[in-house]
This record gives sequence, C-alpha cells and structure tokens, in this order.
Amino acid sequence: MSVNPISGPILELKNVHKAFGAQQVLRGVDLTVARGQSLVIIGGSGTGKSVTIKSALGLIPLDKGEIRFAGEAANDGKSIAALRRRTGMLFQGGALFDSLTVWENVAFALLYRDRVSRGNAKNLAIENLAKVRLPASAADLRPAELSGGMQKRVALARAIIAKPDLIFFDEPTTGLDPITADAVNELIVEQVKALGAAAVSITHDMASVRKIADEVAMLHDGKIVWRGPVSALDNSGSPYVDQFVNGRADGPIQPAI
Amino acid sequence: MTATPDVISARQRGPILLRPFAMIGQTVIGAFREVGRIAVFSGGVLAACVTPVIYLREVLRQCMKVGFYSLPVVGLTAVFIGAALALNIYTGGSRFNAEQFVPNIVVLGITRELGPVLAGLMLAGRVSAGIAAEIGAMRVTEQIDALLTLSAKPERYLYAPRVIAGILTLPILVLIADIIGVLGGYLVAVGALDFNGSLYLKNSWAFVTGNDIWSGVIKAAVFGGIISLMGCYQGDRSKGGAGGVGRAATLAVVGAAVLILASNYILTSIFVRIGL
Repeated sequence: MSVNPISGPILELKNVHKAFGAQQVLRGVDLTVARGQSLVIIGGSGTGKSVTIKSALGLIPLDKGEIRFAGEAANDGKSIAALRRRTGMLFQGGALFDSLTVWENVAFALLYRDRVSRGNAKNLAIENLAKVRLPASAADLRPAELSGGMQKRVALARAIIAKPDLIFFDEPTTGLDPITADAVNELIVEQVKALGAAAVSITHDMASVRKIADEVAMLHDGKIVWRGPVSALDNSGSPYVDQFVNGRADGPIQPAI
Repeated sequence: MTATPDVISARQRGPILLRPFAMIGQTVIGAFREVGRIAVFSGGVLAACVTPVIYLREVLRQCMKVGFYSLPVVGLTAVFIGAALALNIYTGGSRFNAEQFVPNIVVLGITRELGPVLAGLMLAGRVSAGIAAEIGAMRVTEQIDALLTLSAKPERYLYAPRVIAGILTLPILVLIADIIGVLGGYLVAVGALDFNGSLYLKNSWAFVTGNDIWSGVIKAAVFGGIISLMGCYQGDRSKGGAGGVGRAATLAVVGAAVLILASNYILTSIFVRIGL
C-alpha cells in the first residue's frame, strides 16, 4: 500500500458534536492519536464512546466538527473511503458475517474490495488466523460454531489482515472471562505492535486499559475531561477518573440507572 | 432538561380542537416521507443491480435461497389453487352448461393471475420476511457497519444480489407454478369430475397463448423485485434489537403484499390496454 509518509497525528477529532434527536451525545470532542500510539477512551455507559469512534469512521455523520486522518480531512465519500481502506475495526460483538465461513470473514476486504483470488485470500486468512492463535481447521467453520473468545480472535484477524495504519477496538473483551479477556488483550498489543499501527480502544475493563493503553482519555458529558498516560491513572487529579477507576457509585458521575 | 421536551411538545400540539387535524397532517406527511425514503432506497439498489461490480457468487447464493428453496411452498400453493379452481369453475359452469370450459379457464386464471399473484404473496411471507429478518439482524449486530468499514457497500453486496435473485427467480417459479396449477386442475377434473385426461391437457395447451404466459412472467419479475426490495428496505431500517427485527419482518410482509396487489392491478390495466 503506497501512502504518504505520516509525520503528524494519524487521527484528529476537532470539536466533534453529535446529537440524536433532543439528546446531545458529543459536545465538542477533541482528540489526537499519534502514529503507533494506543489510546484508550474510558467513560460511563451512554457517554458517547462508541459514537466517537463510529463518527471517526464515518459511520455516523457529524453535526459539527472535523475528522482528519493522516492530515487529510475525512469529510466526503471519497476521503472517508480512503480512511476506511487504511483502518481496521473490531466491533463489540465481533460483527462476523453469519452466512460466511471464518476464512471468508477474515479475508472479506481482500475478496470484495481488493479482488484477491479466493485461493490466495484463503491462504492469507489462514496466516492471519495463526497470528491470533487459531488453527487452520477453524477456517471452514461458521462463526456460530465458535466460542465468544474465538469470535473475537477472528474479528481481530479480520481487522488486521489489510495491514491498517489505525485500528479501532470497541469493547474488545466484553462478555469474555478474565483469562480469555487477557489473552485477547495480549493479542491486541502484539498485533498492533507488529503492524506499527495506532489503536483507539473503548473499554470499561480497567485490567484491559492497563494492558493495552499508552494513553487514556476520559469521556464525560460529551467531552474529553481528562487525558494522560496510563501510568497516571491512579493519581490523575481528576475526580471523574478517580471515581471511574475505583468503580464508586458516589462522585461527579451519576450511575446510568 | 427532563421537563423541557414535554413543555415544548404540549405547546406545539396547539389548541385541543385543532389536534385531530394536526394528527391527520402528520400522518399524511409521514406517509409521503416513507414513500420518498422507499423510492430513494429502491433507486440506489436498482442502480447497483445494473452497474458493476455485481457479486455473482452472492447472486447465485440468493437465487438458491429465494428461488430453489421456495419451490415446495409455491408448488403446494399452485396444486391446491389449481384443484380448487377446477372445482369452482365446474360448479359455476354447470349452471349454464359450460363445464367443458374448465381447462380453458383454469389455465387462463393460473397463468395470467393466480400463478404470479399467489406465488408473489407466498414469497412475500417466506422471502420478504426472511430478508428483512436477516438484514435487520445484521443491522442490530453491527454487521452492516462492519461491511462499511471493510469498504463494501451494503446496497451492492447485500441488497442488489437479493433483488436480482428475486427478479430472476420469481418468473421461473411462476412458470413452474403454472404447470403445477394446471396439473392440480387436471387431477381434480380427471379424478373427480370425469373429464378425459388427454382432452383436458389438449384443451389447456390449445387455449393458452404466449401473451398469457408473458403477462404472468412480467408480473412475476416485478413482484420478485418488490418482495426483495421491501425485505431489504425494512431490514435496513430496523433498530432496537429482537423486537425491531420482528417489526421489520412484519412490515416487509405487509408492505410487499400491498404493493404486489396494487402493482398487479396497474400491470393488468396496462396489459389490457396494450393487448398483452
């Protein structure tokens, strides 16, 4: 893939606003992600974390603000298509295509976007399945035949197969037991590092945050209220971060019930 | 913030006497909005059906699902409709000594009207609901978002193959339904009404024209497009989990059935006018 060398941030969100009807979800989100950096966005349920990354991918149109990818504005069909060619996404539930086999899921972009022959695509899919510790024998199974952890691995293989510059992870360990979650986190760190890619992740799981983040940003009330290195999480000086990290019901963040 | 929307909506509803008019107006505007949305959606999908890239593997896969697996339900419908039609025509015809026209009217009724309409309605239940549920499930489980992130357009990868499959396979299904329907009439006529079997078939074959078959086939192609489009449209718009998917399936069936019956009348009027 011949791309312009990237010196500045790989992703910039500037003053991003988004409302759904009367509900204002994002109220001016500003974020920058450097190449090779792993940023984790934390925040309570319903604060707009998923909306933020879906907006960055052009899946949700912005009301106001700007998305820039590798220095270029991603504001029309062409620039958003270019952004998507160079990004990967692991969805919360995996979002694997039920009607396709595991290898067809992994190689989807190669088959339908890059028009790679089925034979070559299958070989590449099996290579990428091996990277996420799945055997070649899994290639011809359907997603419904896999466990939750295996589905997440397949989704990870699908996200990395086209060697993206930036990968989004939407709650990658939700619904997994702690051991499987740790294994998935290990794979995320390993594969992101191997690709030299940047990563933007969303998670509620503080063990995952500490494992995969270089930096952490806290989203509250539609804005980034704190950002800092993962090592500063426990002495952030922010009452929001302090309450969230320690999992307390009392504090400035109201429980979403 | 919690009280504001209620206050505003109460003001916006206006004087109590005018509220019924406001409701009628909102319903009419909503209906036009829905028609507009369906038209825009259909235009995009139909454009994807006739411009590259067309995913032939997906089209074949959908032809199997829409066409081949619908054969039993269409065949069963046709055989019973043909049989019931023969009995009814015999009973009605006997009132003015016209029993001998049973094969002619059965073949005409099946090929021009009942074959395509009943096959269309059966497939509205089987296929349109199935497509809406499948695409609705893909929508609520973020599979359609995943398609977009993988640079695949849903209208090209998901919807166009289903619509092409509907347009291609329903005419074939209707041709088969025509044959099975005539056979149903034949079985009743020969088995219960003492018709001569070879004479029945000879009369059927001699009476039916190419125009009769063509009119049924054209209707079937239109119905196939309607069935798939409504399934795709309602599935695409579904939201809110299992309940939303179920609602999409119901709306797809109702929408497809109404559109099939309306377009059947329009097409029949056109065919009558042009002599098809």
